[in-house]
Amino acid sequence: MKSMGEMLIREVAFSEIVMGNTALVRAMVEAGTRVVTSYPGSPTPEVAEAIGSIPPEKRPFYFEFSTNEKVATEVAYGAGLNGHLSTVFFKSVGLNVAADTFVQLSLMNIIGGMVVVLGDDPGANSSQNEQDNRHLAMMAYVPVFEPSSPTEVYRYYKIAAQLARDKAMPVILRMTTHVCHAKERVHFDAYRPSPLDPTPRFDPANGPYIPIASAVFPMKRRALERLQSIAALADDADWHKFIDHGNSELGILTAGLPFLSAMDALQSASRKPDMLNLGLVYPIPRKAVASFLKTHRRVHVIEELDPILETAVRTIAQEEDIAVHIYGKTITEDWIGEYTPDKVKRILQRQWPDLYGETLQETPPHATQITPPVPARPPQLCPGCGHRSAFYAIGKALQEKDITVADIGCHTLGFLPPYRIGQALMCMGASTGIASGLSLFQSERKVIAFLGDSTLFHAGLPGILNVLFNRHRITLIVMENGTTAMTGHQDHAGSGRNFNKPTDAVSIRNLLEGMGVQYIFETDTYQQAVLTDLVRKALDIDAFSVVIARHPCMLKFMREKRRKPGFQRMRVSIDASVCRKLYECVARFGCPSFLREADGSVRIQTDLCIGDGSCVQTCPAGAIRKPEIVPSSEAS
Amino acid sequence: MGFNVYMCGVGGQGIGMLSEVLLRAADHAGFRVKAVDTHGLAQRGGVVVSHLRIGDDVFSPLIPEGQADLVIGLEIHEAFRALQYMQKLGSTLLFYHACWQPLPVRLGQDQPLGLETIEDAAREKRVRVFIVRDPKLTDSRMQNMVILGQIDRLQMIPGISKAHYLSAMEDLMEGGMLTENRGVFDQNTTA
Repeated sequence: MKSMGEMLIREVAFSEIVMGNTALVRAMVEAGTRVVTSYPGSPTPEVAEAIGSIPPEKRPFYFEFSTNEKVATEVAYGAGLNGHLSTVFFKSVGLNVAADTFVQLSLMNIIGGMVVVLGDDPGANSSQNEQDNRHLAMMAYVPVFEPSSPTEVYRYYKIAAQLARDKAMPVILRMTTHVCHAKERVHFDAYRPSPLDPTPRFDPANGPYIPIASAVFPMKRRALERLQSIAALADDADWHKFIDHGNSELGILTAGLPFLSAMDALQSASRKPDMLNLGLVYPIPRKAVASFLKTHRRVHVIEELDPILETAVRTIAQEEDIAVHIYGKTITEDWIGEYTPDKVKRILQRQWPDLYGETLQETPPHATQITPPVPARPPQLCPGCGHRSAFYAIGKALQEKDITVADIGCHTLGFLPPYRIGQALMCMGASTGIASGLSLFQSERKVIAFLGDSTLFHAGLPGILNVLFNRHRITLIVMENGTTAMTGHQDHAGSGRNFNKPTDAVSIRNLLEGMGVQYIFETDTYQQAVLTDLVRKALDIDAFSVVIARHPCMLKFMREKRRKPGFQRMRVSIDASVCRKLYECVARFGCPSFLREADGSVRIQTDLCIGDGSCVQTCPAGAIRKPEIVPSSEAS
Repeated sequence: MGFNVYMCGVGGQGIGMLSEVLLRAADHAGFRVKAVDTHGLAQRGGVVVSHLRIGDDVFSPLIPEGQADLVIGLEIHEAFRALQYMQKLGSTLLFYHACWQPLPVRLGQDQPLGLETIEDAAREKRVRVFIVRDPKLTDSRMQNMVILGQIDRLQMIPGISKAHYLSAMEDLMEGGMLTENRGVFDQNTTA
């Protein structure tokens, strides 16, 4: 078996099939990165998985999952002040959390250099929006490299790291979901390890590091000058690629994954436009762009999300008085969704109908109408999930008019039927604040906020403190599963382990008590009747109350259990002679292990049932038999 | 011309391993390959999809709609979904006859999907359908190896042969896991 960890620190040059997130880690190693920090979030968790594959004693840099993206950014910044090349990575919306620190970075002289790796999510594959973080980069005067493939991830990280170090500044590597997860063979250079110099080189004389009032201006001036110096380098650097199709009429200017989509979309074009693919997207290489505009009569800016390149390109054309027709975003849909090959082709066909000739105007074959439609498959809580028992039990304590506010995490999925708990969602840690607002001027509708444990540590505390500080009368239900489950089971401050070693687990109960919460109830969620009762009690209190609804993440628990010797599979079964076809298990408790057959009977999906037995108590007819060991010979 | 393989299933079915084996097998066979898994909330029982694109003129890792030469389904509903949106006219569909009912079916809002519905739709698109199931399998996580064995047996991906699949498996697995998966694979390459 090939070892990822061995490969990532191999000293000779080699090539391997890797995903973008893995190529990134090899680039970190080669570049001499010393400190890397993060908070988990898709599409970036595989970066940490790759880091974790290198044995700790051989890992050439320090890595931690911090409690949130802002703290992660600060840890990386602090390390940079001591002279260590540092990197922080997180998902798109993580930059909002980090923003207060992030926007200041370019003012500072980060002597070690710092790379900020963003996992943006056009298409909102696993995020609450598809924000274009280039806006924040521009606001903060931080240059942005945008790779389109794993090969470019590797290459542009090393370039970004070199620039960051040379100029003592932050540089962004902006990846997007299908760049992070794309796989291809990447050719890696040799790695020459250099010994760590642990000297703490922080010196206020390298600063100033105190941005206050008018002291900000020279710092801002320097940030702008650095940006200009990057722009000056960009013109002659190998950070953009011209693809010559011998077309002086049409040109496409693009960057990132949309470049590859455009190349695919042009496969069937009758005449291919020339292409200019930018690696550095902010600031853009002025001379190269101007030259491209001058040598083509019509230029289409193919750009995912917001028209940032388009605006810059139009500015250059105007300032340099270039006679070129620039095409960009025209309809609302151009701003929305990932620029897949299909989408880029539709845009090109719409704006340049002559590009494909007449033959390709016909309806593509896949559009054949077939009935019936396939039922949708929304994500759902796993078999045995403690949140399922929690929602099932909590639902019994709520009235129709009560208001439930969800937060980010696996428990967000409670908004789906059959539970429909969590009627509003915003972002990490927002539930208690929103719930507090909903509770003003009224007492007839109870307001219940939800928080997962990792989210509570991440951004939940200020909202909880505010409830106490301003005496809001809400109920908070902490859905504690002991891990950061949704993003792949990363440890958090309450897990008793960090990325590197065991640590003291922070007790949520102690934390809440320390803050002054007076009414705290807790139970394991499989004790469904107890939980229902506790929630009723909590709702009856005319003050802030908290219910800790606890059960370990069963996906994680079962994975660990399966690895142990002597593991025996368990599962429940249905006594058909007792079943009254009430469908409580299928349609209200809603475990995916129950199937509703065409003849109306209920069957266990034996591949899915983990034999946790949390369903047994839900059957009014008592038709679910307690979990039993599955004979090893029995087929799944 | 390239060859596009589109794989689909439900989170937890082992599609990641299957796609990684196919990707590496294609690479071992000397092809230029690109691949991507799309799995927003995959671990939570949502749809999981994996794209594999083989060929010199391939750029994006994402297969355009209606351009899959081979669709591999690990679950019947997902196979049907892919048949509708991804399958090229006259291409091949191979799926494992497992059923993980989507929520609307379990809630009684939608009808369970029958085999004949898929067969009718496939006929309309001139798609060849191969349905596999190994009733002797004790671990559902190895359904992907049943599929892999059938891909090899029926030589569904041009230019990739058994040795390439085996090398790919050896890249990714070892010890008991390799032995077990290899066992299921071997049984299906000949059956």
